[in-house]
Amino acid sequence: MPLVYAGVCSHAPGITGRADQADPDVRDAFYASFDAMRRRIEDAGTEALIVIAAEHFANFFMNNMPSYAIGMADSYDGPIEDSDWLGIDKVRVPGNRDLSERIIKEVLETHDVAYAEEWRFDHGISVPLHFLTPRYDLPVIPVNINCQGPPLTPVHRAWNFGEAIRRAADAVPERIAVIGTGGISHWPATPDSGKINKEWDLDFLDRWARNDRDALLDYTDLQTYADAGQGGFEIRAFIAIAASAAGALGTVHFYEPIPIFSVGCTIADYDMSN
Amino acid sequence: MSLYYVQKFLYELNRDENVQQAYEADRAGALAGFDVTDEESNALTEPDIGLLFHMGVNGQILMHFAALHQIEWGDYLQRMRDGVDAHGPVRAGVYAMTGYEGVDAHAASLGQASAAADGTGNEGS
Repeated sequence: MPLVYAGVCSHAPGITGRADQADPDVRDAFYASFDAMRRRIEDAGTEALIVIAAEHFANFFMNNMPSYAIGMADSYDGPIEDSDWLGIDKVRVPGNRDLSERIIKEVLETHDVAYAEEWRFDHGISVPLHFLTPRYDLPVIPVNINCQGPPLTPVHRAWNFGEAIRRAADAVPERIAVIGTGGISHWPATPDSGKINKEWDLDFLDRWARNDRDALLDYTDLQTYADAGQGGFEIRAFIAIAASAAGALGTVHFYEPIPIFSVGCTIADYDMSN
Repeated sequence: MSLYYVQKFLYELNRDENVQQAYEADRAGALAGFDVTDEESNALTEPDIGLLFHMGVNGQILMHFAALHQIEWGDYLQRMRDGVDAHGPVRAGVYAMTGYEGVDAHAASLGQASAAADGTGNEGS
């Protein structure tokens, strides 16, 4: 079944954990946009949700760091973070091992990827699910691109991975939605936390919405770090989604810097109707 | 210096309640098996957030450690700034890629004021 939905959203822990410290008008508008994204995913008849996120040392460490990994289990627990700190209760989220295995096999035809039969969610997945599948009744397939512990996969490989995800989603009979989660520019959990390079973000989102492959791959980590912080490395998730929707044009439904959330809060998706 | 093992310990601590209980009962004892220096051991047991940041611990690991010690978000950010002031630029790890010279200089390099540097975005705070 052709991929039914492709979009991106922010996942910063402050979105839920420091909600009471944000400007309520801006925060509520962001939450409303998240809820509209939920409805679009549901309206697409989604039967399983692939979440491409940059995880943050919840499962993978520098002793054995996969550049790419896909979960292959019937359920996943999370978040690992303290529930009060994150503002999200610990929960068991449904997976689909059989579907994961079929997806992984197809991805492996063109892109090496690790699989994981254990996977504990952190805010990179738990925050988006809090808004997008609030009843935790939609099977989720977690996907990680290492954006935390250099050396990192080149951005052109993230594009290639997104193409493989698309081909795999199209090859199964289930109606698959895929989302990428992460920041654009941000300096999370550092002394610069709260800084957001809005100009850089808007330029990136323009490239993303046009789905301009060459422009999206015209980033080096050194320059991204200088302009957009180490959080900017998470553009790999956004680039993979662009590749999964290659040829489609995107709409940025919401973008607004919310410093206490440490990120320019973003909701965007592609028109998959064609 | 063994940044790898400092971060490995914190990785285990952040995700494993058994390690958290061992650390609560005996902080230094919980470090057994991790090849850390006396300076690193002291920073992990005190805990000294600023020194750990200066050493190069990734913030995605360090922020959970701060939360474990009930360190409020704004205080956590300030402790890292104080660490850079006291010990100098981050000496290893991802934040040392281009050198980290402190929040004000970093803000200036981006052409931004540092008013948002407390993480709240509140001008003048």
